[in-house]
Amino acid sequence: MKLNMVEAINQALAQEMARDPRVVILGEDIGKDGGVFRVTDGLFDKFGPERVMDTPLAESGIIGASIGMAAFGLRPVAEIQFLGFIYPALNQIISHVARLRNRTRGSTTVPLVIRTPYGAGVRALEHHSESTEALFCQIPGLTVVVPSGPADAKGLLVASIRSDDPVIFFEPSRLYRAAKEEVPEDLYEIPLRQARIAREGCDLTIVAWGAMVPVAEKAAADAEKDGVSAEIVDLRTLAPMDRETVLASVRKTGRALIVHEAPRSCGVGAEIAALIAEKALLNLSAPVLRVTGWDITIPLPKSEDFYYVSPERVRSGIRRLMEF
Amino acid sequence: MLTDAFDPQKGERLEILDASGRVRKDLEPRLAPDDLRRMYELMVLTRAADLKALKLQRQGRMGTFASSQGHEACQIGAAFPLRETDWFFPYFRDLGIYLARGYPLALYYHSWMGNEAGLKPPEGVNVFPYAIPVASQIIHATGAGLAARILKKDIVAVSTFGDGATSEGDFHEGLNFAGVFSTPTVFVCYNNQWAISTPRSRQTAAPTLAQKAVAYGFPGIAVDGNDVLAVHAAVSEALDRARSGKGPTLIEAQTYRMGHHTTSDDATKYRDSSELAEWEKRDPIKRFQAYLGSKGLWDLEFERAVAAQAEAEIERAVAEAESRPPASPEDIFSYTFKDLPPALAEQLAELKAGLPGGGR
Repeated sequence: MKLNMVEAINQALAQEMARDPRVVILGEDIGKDGGVFRVTDGLFDKFGPERVMDTPLAESGIIGASIGMAAFGLRPVAEIQFLGFIYPALNQIISHVARLRNRTRGSTTVPLVIRTPYGAGVRALEHHSESTEALFCQIPGLTVVVPSGPADAKGLLVASIRSDDPVIFFEPSRLYRAAKEEVPEDLYEIPLRQARIAREGCDLTIVAWGAMVPVAEKAAADAEKDGVSAEIVDLRTLAPMDRETVLASVRKTGRALIVHEAPRSCGVGAEIAALIAEKALLNLSAPVLRVTGWDITIPLPKSEDFYYVSPERVRSGIRRLMEF
Repeated sequence: MLTDAFDPQKGERLEILDASGRVRKDLEPRLAPDDLRRMYELMVLTRAADLKALKLQRQGRMGTFASSQGHEACQIGAAFPLRETDWFFPYFRDLGIYLARGYPLALYYHSWMGNEAGLKPPEGVNVFPYAIPVASQIIHATGAGLAARILKKDIVAVSTFGDGATSEGDFHEGLNFAGVFSTPTVFVCYNNQWAISTPRSRQTAAPTLAQKAVAYGFPGIAVDGNDVLAVHAAVSEALDRARSGKGPTLIEAQTYRMGHHTTSDDATKYRDSSELAEWEKRDPIKRFQAYLGSKGLWDLEFERAVAAQAEAEIERAVAEAESRPPASPEDIFSYTFKDLPPALAEQLAELKAGLPGGGR
């Protein structure tokens, strides 16, 4: 059946909750209201208030309570309404979620999934367009997952729920209802820590994730008209990263363009550029290039387009790499 | 209900033993003589093991250590009424809780000597690793209580914390969630008057910490935290409340931090020695000893036996803690994730080979 990303995530949650009684979901307005983006629509009626918990408006409380629940045998899936509101919970995420396994030498683990919409392009108020995924990639013990389409979102979320490690699952709000695609009805997992080749090519490699994958695809399709064959690596998991897929592609094409909507400096792109410099420098025929958001606060909607990475910017990046 | 009889907003607090060990007969808990003696043994062991840790730190054999001298009645009074299946979410000044729960002292020492392995509890010892970020563990106990209810397990989750923790957002969020979800959780605040150098008066303008429970919609009670029977009674009632599905309780145990904040602190810089002298007169161990004496459960011979037993246990624990192997490079890498990602495997290999990093 063709589903958009909201429907695909909803289906993943419903099916996994039906399969595994340990899975509970909690967050602000996720019950009767079905979440502000309606991702959890209908789950409250299906599973009741003990497994679909509307919580007080308190992000640290949501994550902290999830730690207690996860440590006691449940598989909580916590929703943080927007990435821009997760910061009060950073203490719980950094100090406990990511560390309890190490602190107790494996005796206490936190199989928790934190779902949160991220990214610009939905004309929202301030704090609703954040793309701070790099913050979370710097936390040892945390798995950072970003789907780029409905079918991936379902399979990656199921794998995240079944993971014994804590996962933060970034949902690109711009893609929630952007497109429908065929999503298998059955429950399936897409393995974490594995990138996907979203498009095959031989002239350059574009590394992207989440909402930037369709942007890169558009730019690559345009470039093809000029005879440039771009390969796209959709990272899917940012940390721990599938370095081999990135490196294999760059070794093949000899050019690397990294696209992310987060600010450039110290972004995930910097890590990928360093990886390529360390492991594939002699395969390069051009310097690594980053097309990213600027190192500024994301502007409010009227100026958002100055910030947002457009297919045109990616296209001009491709041109620069090919002309080097 | 003790929580009805002692209203913190009216300035009432539960006291069963006075400073000289005289008991209020109408409130005296019915505890078996063996239990009373065991509680005393644990308090003495806690004090002695704490003093030993301070000595070891001075000798360079222990890392920075947070002494809990003066808290023995709070700790043993809170831990003793628990069932084995109940869970504790302690903070970093909670040695007595660990000992009362049957956590091996050698392991506890090992952790403060700078080893993560000391925080891996033996199977069946239900203590979460002590939290260092203040108040962050409170909400874990709420979550555990919530899980217990969902999984229909008859357990209570108890969290302990200091007076400084009540200023943190996580105190509010933890108690508020507990009230909203009516979780089987007990919150025990050791109001020891000082958070490093910040006095209790700088944490809140409220006359008591116990009264904060009112705002969360569940009972709160202030107790004399140097009176092990009062703490025991308040916690026992709170456990019954939690088990019968009536939700959480906040207990403020009013006590005093007899020592410095940690071995890196010098409390003489910010507090008056006369204050300490006043509180020494209310020592929790001495008054419990007097009470046991009045019941014919304590004499010098018993005291010597208790002290000798504590000393032997401590010596054994130190020897064992110091003979445990330090962590290997594998140990420090292997528990970041369930399995080692390739990048971490590469870094581990670099560490072991003495390589600079950056791969090959």
